[in-house]
Amino acid sequence: MADTEKIIEIQVLRYRPEQDKEPVLQSYKVPFTDDMSVLQGLQYIKDYLDETVSFRWSCRMAICGSCGMMIDGKPKLSCKTFLREYYPQGLRVEALAHMPIERDLIVSVEDFVTKLESIKPYIIPKEPRTLEQGEYLQTPQQRDMYEQFSSCINCMLCYAACPQYGLNPKFTGPGVLALLHRYNADSRDGGQAERLGLGYADEGFWGCTAVGYCSEVCPKGVDPANAINQNKMNSAINYFTRFVTPGGADK
Amino acid sequence: MSNRRPYVRSMDGWWKRDPYFIRYMAREVTAVFVAAYAVLLLVGLVRLGQGEAAFNGWLQYLKTPWMLVFHLIVLAVFCYHTWSWFNIMPKTMPIMFVGGKRVQPGAITGTGLAASVIACLAVLFIVRGMS
Amino acid sequence: MKRSNEPIFWSLFGAGGMLAALIGPALVFITGIAVPFGLFFKPDTMSYAHMLAFSQSWAGKIFVLAVIALFLWHAAHRIHILLHDFGVHAVTAVRVLCYGGAFAGTVIAAYTLLMIKA
Repeated sequence: MADTEKIIEIQVLRYRPEQDKEPVLQSYKVPFTDDMSVLQGLQYIKDYLDETVSFRWSCRMAICGSCGMMIDGKPKLSCKTFLREYYPQGLRVEALAHMPIERDLIVSVEDFVTKLESIKPYIIPKEPRTLEQGEYLQTPQQRDMYEQFSSCINCMLCYAACPQYGLNPKFTGPGVLALLHRYNADSRDGGQAERLGLGYADEGFWGCTAVGYCSEVCPKGVDPANAINQNKMNSAINYFTRFVTPGGADK
Repeated sequence: MSNRRPYVRSMDGWWKRDPYFIRYMAREVTAVFVAAYAVLLLVGLVRLGQGEAAFNGWLQYLKTPWMLVFHLIVLAVFCYHTWSWFNIMPKTMPIMFVGGKRVQPGAITGTGLAASVIACLAVLFIVRGMS
Repeated sequence: MKRSNEPIFWSLFGAGGMLAALIGPALVFITGIAVPFGLFFKPDTMSYAHMLAFSQSWAGKIFVLAVIALFLWHAAHRIHILLHDFGVHAVTAVRVLCYGGAFAGTVIAAYTLLMIKA
């Protein structure tokens, strides 16, 4: 079935640090078919209309987490958002909210990456095992405790959805705290004490005010709001019992 | 030489950017009405401590039309508080399993709302029975 | 990173929020609408004699204190966050105002209840 060619207006928030004092909207008329994603629309612009437009992308199938942007004000992956949903009124694309714009649709990820490294996003084995001892076993229910939180692709849509991060960039933020919980909730992991010091701080779990929008926008169903808020209870219990629990005060 | 000049956007008026944020702010603003109601009860308690005449003055004040309007608004706000409190509850509870199956968000919210209806009815009938 | 003292305020916030969510609508309906305007309950439900007797019992004292104090701490925490959300970042002043208010209300309520003797 051949699609008749339609034209859609895409407004792109441009920011070229060498010439723009502040970001400005630039409009492009893009011919599209119903199977074209917003990312493909941007690629059309770069290939045929304006080669200076900058944006990040890689896999085109919602697994690399590179192409997140604000589409009509909502944080979305541009590869899994379709132009047809915005026809005929057109759409506006901007760099992810709450992060500094490096150029056009590209944000600075330095802060996110620094925070990600700080929570040691890898399993710190509870007990060292040799190859001969075999793999670390886990029951399906033990896996269920962390599995959804392990689906994170570091796309940062949740950061663009989190006003607390926007208001205070010191807040560790939804994605990284969800990954902190992902490793802490893993029965094979023994690094809880190392990570919880970050979680129990004002910049950790307590920087969250349970807005919940992070979980709405997550393209992978991670539910960072749940990962963070279920730790507030543990954090509070630890706060009040740390002096009567052996080793509790060190955390 | 670097041309980097990262641009930080303003957060002014952020809560107006998305209906989701407006609902969040509505949830938070309920606190102002909770505080107002608590202060009104506190005044009643202080009046009670001051004796019968003072307390009757407070009771009479409750019968003014303005206080009725105030309480109708507060009642609506408290109902919204109850709804929003249990609506966010699935996000604030640890993952739970019943009979090996994960408890779904809707079940948590539903249980909370049902508990609230039962608790409210219990309070109404206990107070009716006491007097 | 420095451990947050937020658990103290969050626990009071949570307790007050839960109490308000469970019985708040019923309380507002009784004290603000039904009793003053003569619906559903006997007109003397909140009479001086009844309320005095209620506040003389320890169960009554604890209930009244729990409602007033926890509602105040719940509200103080949210208003504190609300001001931060609206961009008021005078952190210390806002904290003193919100939590100081809740603390003062708690002290006044507790003192009044203790002074009401059987």
